[in-house]
Amino acid sequence: MIIDHPLLGPRDSAEFTYKGDARLIDRPDPEKGATAHDFYDYGYLRDNPAGWHEELWFHEAGDRSWLVVTRNTLTHEISKVELARDVARSRGRSK
Amino acid sequence: MHDLKTVTALGGTTPRVDTFARVTIAENDGVALASVAARMGHEKTCHAALEKLLGAVPAVGRAVLHDPEAGFWMGPDQWMLGAPRATHELLADQLTALLGKAASVTEQTGAWVVFDITGPGMADLSERLCNVPIRRMQAGDVQRTVIHHMGCFVIRRQAEDHIRILGPRASAGSLHHALVEAAQSIA
Repeated sequence: MIIDHPLLGPRDSAEFTYKGDARLIDRPDPEKGATAHDFYDYGYLRDNPAGWHEELWFHEAGDRSWLVVTRNTLTHEISKVELARDVARSRGRSK
Repeated sequence: MHDLKTVTALGGTTPRVDTFARVTIAENDGVALASVAARMGHEKTCHAALEKLLGAVPAVGRAVLHDPEAGFWMGPDQWMLGAPRATHELLADQLTALLGKAASVTEQTGAWVVFDITGPGMADLSERLCNVPIRRMQAGDVQRTVIHHMGCFVIRRQAEDHIRILGPRASAGSLHHALVEAAQSIA
């Protein structure tokens, strides 16, 4: 599998580590009324889609950036790769 | 005051040099290193200071082989800067003074071992160690990769047959073993 890194170009997936569902970016905020159940959901509950899935990948053997990779779990086709920090900032995180 | 003797990363009093028929592996004990990470909101100030110091901000996957200070790109808004240790032993302190609040600077000299690989067999040796497209790399190209499970930087230097490898200093012996083994296999 090849991941097309937004900065470095196509790289072998062996250089990356899978870090889980990209929903992990959306951590509940206790100051905005998040409940214990929200954290339970955030910590333990995952969808397991047969098809397109947004995932976090860490370029451990490269520039150490975190990526949001949109991958088809049935075919391993990758349709989109973005820097996780750009995604997080576009959702109002890391300000 | 104790009378302390400095040793190189491999533990010798002088840098180790291993010479083979087509390649030379030389430990380089003369590089001072410091990492620079631009702080959020201060990226432009940091870029301007680096440009003034190096002549240019290292682009993605590239080094600026400037003298005396040089630098290469490590990640988004992160760079490694290097300079001769004899004249810039306190490089991190100098950069902290220069960059102020625009960047976070961390001393890296004690974290890395530096090997210079030279000779006509350099590309053959590199191909046995890591998946870096060594024959396509131009002077100043830098890639982080894995050599025998150790995260290393591979820098293609000015000369066509010269790469510099930065590896974890605490594993200097293991990295040296990997390099020597590869050199013997192509001898």
